[in-house]
Amino acid sequence: MNQSLLTRERRLGMYRKMLLCRMFEDRVNSLFLQGRMPGTIHQAQGQEASAVGVCEALQVGDMLTSTHRPHEHAVARGIPVKFLMAELFAKSTGCCHGKGGSMHMGDAELGMLPAIAIVGGGVPLAAGYALSFKYLKKPSVAACFFGDGAVNQGVFHETINMAAIWDLPVVFVCENNKYGASTVIDSVMKVKTVSARASAYGIPGKTVDGNDVFEVYRATLEAADRARTGQGPTLLELETYRFAGHSRSDPGHYRSKEEVAAWKKRDPIVRFETDAQSSGLLTEPEIVDYRASVEAELNDAVAFAESSPSPLAEECLTDVYAE
Amino acid sequence: MSTPNNLIEKTEVEGRKLSIVEALREALQEEMRRDERVILLGEDIGIKGGFGGAFTVTLGLSEEFGSQRVLDTPISEAGFTGIAVGAALGGLRPVADVQYGDFLFLAMDQLANHAAKLRYMSGGKLKVPMVMRAPVGATTRGAQHGQSLESHFMHVPGLRVACPSNPYDAKGLLKTAIRMNDPVIFFEHKLLYGSKGSRKEAGGLELFGTVPREEYLLPFGQASRVRQGRDVTIVANLLMVHKSLLAAKTLAEQSIEAEVIDVRTLVPFDWETVFESVSRTGRLIIVHEDTLTGGWGAEVAARVADSCIGYLQGPIRRVTAPDTPVPFAPVMENFFVPSVEKIVNAVKEICQ
Repeated sequence: MNQSLLTRERRLGMYRKMLLCRMFEDRVNSLFLQGRMPGTIHQAQGQEASAVGVCEALQVGDMLTSTHRPHEHAVARGIPVKFLMAELFAKSTGCCHGKGGSMHMGDAELGMLPAIAIVGGGVPLAAGYALSFKYLKKPSVAACFFGDGAVNQGVFHETINMAAIWDLPVVFVCENNKYGASTVIDSVMKVKTVSARASAYGIPGKTVDGNDVFEVYRATLEAADRARTGQGPTLLELETYRFAGHSRSDPGHYRSKEEVAAWKKRDPIVRFETDAQSSGLLTEPEIVDYRASVEAELNDAVAFAESSPSPLAEECLTDVYAE
Repeated sequence: MSTPNNLIEKTEVEGRKLSIVEALREALQEEMRRDERVILLGEDIGIKGGFGGAFTVTLGLSEEFGSQRVLDTPISEAGFTGIAVGAALGGLRPVADVQYGDFLFLAMDQLANHAAKLRYMSGGKLKVPMVMRAPVGATTRGAQHGQSLESHFMHVPGLRVACPSNPYDAKGLLKTAIRMNDPVIFFEHKLLYGSKGSRKEAGGLELFGTVPREEYLLPFGQASRVRQGRDVTIVANLLMVHKSLLAAKTLAEQSIEAEVIDVRTLVPFDWETVFESVSRTGRLIIVHEDTLTGGWGAEVAARVADSCIGYLQGPIRRVTAPDTPVPFAPVMENFFVPSVEKIVNAVKEICQ
């Protein structure tokens, strides 16, 4: 896209968000390996352009839904990393007070529903939010992240069809990272692209380079504008790749070294830095400074999380019912 | 089967005689007039020239409230249930319905994994104020249109479960359900509806109850003692309340006075009323149309054994459907659904 449409500050802001996503994930990985966090994790290193590009196109009041791989979505949506880190540390100061954990991080007040860890499960929830926006005449949209694994779930079909017939203000965002756990998408889908399915619902569908943050931003902005102006949903497919395995316990032996290496050459952060240096947006010392500033933010987040109190065991019993 | 009106009636109530269908429709209408956030979603619920849902509950509501508030959906139970959950999170108060309760299994993920858990996993930050209405009961439609599913949902923490047996309760509980900030599964029995015309249910009870003209709400978690008795406590819901009352009448002729308790809501459950009754009668029968194993009667039996063992003068007995799918042949269905005779016999066995 024509980057000059975005201010320098905005572009650098997107860069820092991507760095924060990546370095958050790397930090979480090392904390897990040190045994300092309970649970499991599904990491998204490599998918930063997708998370940041989509979230940059959203506004206050919009609602984002996410998946079992939600860390970068939450960071990109702007939930302070200390509350995310505290949730991963199972502390009462976490964004879900320790009742959510890695797979349910989010904060609806900050524009992201606690992530939904049933594959495809968040798709109708996003459409439901969109229905409420439309009904209450709010100028908001719902954006819904899901992976390529979700597109063969029944609710994917049911929901996109309903969103289409009711012109709901929702953007369906498929992060196609090629694998549902270890299953390659080509083996479970006959059409070549997820976006091709849009035509079955009578809505626009588009496949874009999910590792180019500006491409993702532009496509999402267009889809969100369309939704916001009453023209209904769009199905976006962002082609990307996760560098890590499916989860903490997955070394990823089902992928060839050549494939991983080829995608690492398309690393969205390296690409941004290379382009930004050649265009004069960033210098090498500035990159070092950015990384140091993100490092410091993460240090503070970890310190906040580790010094926060654990919830009381008996809090297990609360928050089941509202009344 | 005739209705023991003298026993089920709220004699202190002034009002008109309504069927459950009319009472439910009035509840929806009043709540939709009162609160613009209340919307309906379901299949065939508002189609012009249609029948107002499978059992006519929503008949006429789209004419008053329009298709923006009475949303006819595709046949996509999982999808529209999830959309109802999302709309509830977004500030609306959706009342969704499935044509037959059996179809709730299609939407089970959205109900059990999302509606029931979002409040909890958000650390108490979210609420999910939605109602899912579902008709239950065996009515010669066979295995996939006749199940009684209450126990499945009673077992999911985070869901509320209502199962009214008469028009007064149906209206008061549905209005409360719509105003609650928790997801409610609202079970209605097909033989109790009192639907008219071509949607009239063969074998249905001619059940009309007095419903006040004035607005009223009924709280969840309050059982109703629909018959007093000193010898045995019968705990039942939905159609089985009526069968239990008929059984009580037969038993009274044989000098056994049964107390009949209509649970009205399963979550929350009014344990105090049951415990108090059993502590007086010393005997307990639980009657439900749901199948035996793991049915809600098992929970009642366990809790009573835990809290009232010292009062019990005989075994706790459950009169329920057997552990089979719902059969089609009327002769088999009549065997499947607990009968008045089976209730009478169970009471006599434990009273010996």
